[in-house]
Amino acid sequence: MSESVDDLVKSNADYKAGFVTDIESDTLPPGLDESVVRFISNKKAEPDWLTQWRLQAFDAWREMDAPEWAHVQFPPVKFDEISYYSAPKALTDGPQSLDDVDPELLRTYEKLGIPLHEQEALAGVVQSNPNVAVDAVFDSVSITTTFKDKLAEAGVVFCPISEAVHSHPELVQRYLGSVVPQKDNFYAALNSAVFSDGSFVYIPKGVRCPMELSTYFRINERNTGQFERTLIVADEGAHVSYLEGCTAPMRDENQLHAAVVELVAMEGAEIKYSTVQNWYPGDENGKGGIYNFVTKRGLCAGAGAKISWTQVETGSAITWKYPSVVLRGDDSVGEFYSVALTGNVQQADTGTKMIHMGRNTKSTIISKGISTGRSQNTYRGLVRISPTAQNARNFTQCDSMLIGNSCGAHTFPYIENSNPSATIEHEATTSKVSEDQLFACQQRGIDPEKAVSMIVNGFCKEVFKELPMEFAVEAGKLLEVSLEGAVG
Amino acid sequence: MSLLEVRGLHATVDGKEILKGLDLTVRAGEVHAVMGPNGSGKSTLANVLAGRPGYTVTAGEVRLDGHNIVDWEPHVRAHAGMFLAFQYPVEIPGVSNMEFLKASLDAQAFARQAEQPGAAAFIKQARELAASLDLNPEFLKRGVNEGFSGGEKKRNEILQLLLLQPSLAILDETDSGLDIDALQVVAQGVNRFRSAETGVILITHYQRLLEYIVPDVVHVLADGKIVQSGDKNLALTLEEKGYAWLT
Repeated sequence: MSESVDDLVKSNADYKAGFVTDIESDTLPPGLDESVVRFISNKKAEPDWLTQWRLQAFDAWREMDAPEWAHVQFPPVKFDEISYYSAPKALTDGPQSLDDVDPELLRTYEKLGIPLHEQEALAGVVQSNPNVAVDAVFDSVSITTTFKDKLAEAGVVFCPISEAVHSHPELVQRYLGSVVPQKDNFYAALNSAVFSDGSFVYIPKGVRCPMELSTYFRINERNTGQFERTLIVADEGAHVSYLEGCTAPMRDENQLHAAVVELVAMEGAEIKYSTVQNWYPGDENGKGGIYNFVTKRGLCAGAGAKISWTQVETGSAITWKYPSVVLRGDDSVGEFYSVALTGNVQQADTGTKMIHMGRNTKSTIISKGISTGRSQNTYRGLVRISPTAQNARNFTQCDSMLIGNSCGAHTFPYIENSNPSATIEHEATTSKVSEDQLFACQQRGIDPEKAVSMIVNGFCKEVFKELPMEFAVEAGKLLEVSLEGAVG
Repeated sequence: MSLLEVRGLHATVDGKEILKGLDLTVRAGEVHAVMGPNGSGKSTLANVLAGRPGYTVTAGEVRLDGHNIVDWEPHVRAHAGMFLAFQYPVEIPGVSNMEFLKASLDAQAFARQAEQPGAAAFIKQARELAASLDLNPEFLKRGVNEGFSGGEKKRNEILQLLLLQPSLAILDETDSGLDIDALQVVAQGVNRFRSAETGVILITHYQRLLEYIVPDVVHVLADGKIVQSGDKNLALTLEEKGYAWLT
């Protein structure tokens, strides 16, 4: 590639969500020991079983080492310099309604385009969709959940997990850790010990959730980690589509985000989980930014269940995440659609695991990695066909696109097949935004920045079409904004 | 004033001089054919005029509507009315033809501070143009040139030409690789573009195209310079005698 594309790849975009909300918070001093775990559990007035569950996780975590196999480089995280709990002060006792919420907080979400006032959402005031219920998590606590009543009519439970522990203890106890065990991995164990909030969803048998559900995560406080825990259970024949979004202020220090998401789909149930991840990526020299170390896994527990992950990852200094599906039920289906865009010195190591156990199980993996600047973008995926998975099928397509000469794209596909009846297909391509494509656009009057954005959007089309309509547009815009920075 | 005025143009590719003092004047309403043997610099001329990266002008000037455009970026030249129909149209996977055409039109309208065309009118026009070029309207929904045949790609270039309505069109061997039917369709498109306000530069190897698009002037390019100019009969002479007698 000649220099002209390279010249386009310059500084960072304005990170539009990078502001700090000036609000008084109750923040635990940095450091982690058993008392911190007990403090968090106590703060949420949790039952004893959960306190013990956390402590078991904490004991396990102390014996574990941080994973080093990912294709990313960063200085070791100093876990004793992180605060493990932060809540806006006004919310310490929990808001009863939006009227109790600090107006400064509401303005934060307004700035981010997340509607928390239901009437505004219905009127479409804040570039929103009336068919989306939102749970907003600010640092360690959930601020509000919209449309609870309407959802309750359908029998759908959608609330902060800290609330579900009290309102639906039997469901939480039964499913928490059932897909991602406490000791699953280093960061999952840490999360299990100190998770503060997150969303809980239960869709009863045969119910089609009447609206999109959405959780919006925001890190605000300095030196805090965010450890949310999301649990979604779709009972037999139920159907739900869920979206999460994430942003954080621009800060010079790295901040840790170690979430766990568990999905359970019973017989004939379907869960569609979409992520638009836009955590602060750090500046052009890699100062600051979020470490996004996340464990996401879904279990197709019954026959004919379907779990579909779609992710658009543009933020974070480092991303380490592999949304996976365990296909236990016969005829169950797992899907993973991913767009990961890295710029400047961002590093992403992301992909999926498809674990085939049931007969006639089917999985599809479509991964699109785009690297610009000096970033490193890695796809890592595992397809495992167990001896019991008669006639399992997998199709994998990994496409990488490089913009400029200083970035890297890497693909590590692992296939473990223990059943000769399986059909496994793998396709991979690496391409560059070519001078020819860019010139062709420019010759028709399209400026280079818009041209790169259009070419990259075209490259990602197969994934964007999997997003709920309202968010596909958002994702396209987000990509454009992220690239605007890359090709300034 | 001439539409295009090229004076003493020298240009290099990878440090090698390809154009060595080229002069060319195109007035509005004229069609100029540029012919010449392989390696004479025909495609280089097209790319230099359009401002393709990698083609360096070392001396001389190129005036479009009186402005020296040598330092202008390619998209700015396009805004000023320059259009290049590519010899090898490139594929842009996932970007639909329709999306690409609309983005081009919008960008040009924006640059000229003109109103952007409405979506409905645009779609109607694009469909009509596609039909007039024997292209199935379905192809507008497909990715730009993605899986198009050679002939479809070339007709797509002509569709863009007719939609964007530039003042100067440069066709870089648009006839190469076309069968006789496709050639006629392309020629009809170019003739439709011809007007008292527009100029055309046809770069071609073959006299065949000039049977359908009759040029006002024919030039012979050899070793980076125009060595001979004449009327349409020059092309016939070239067909008969080749280029050797000129050099």
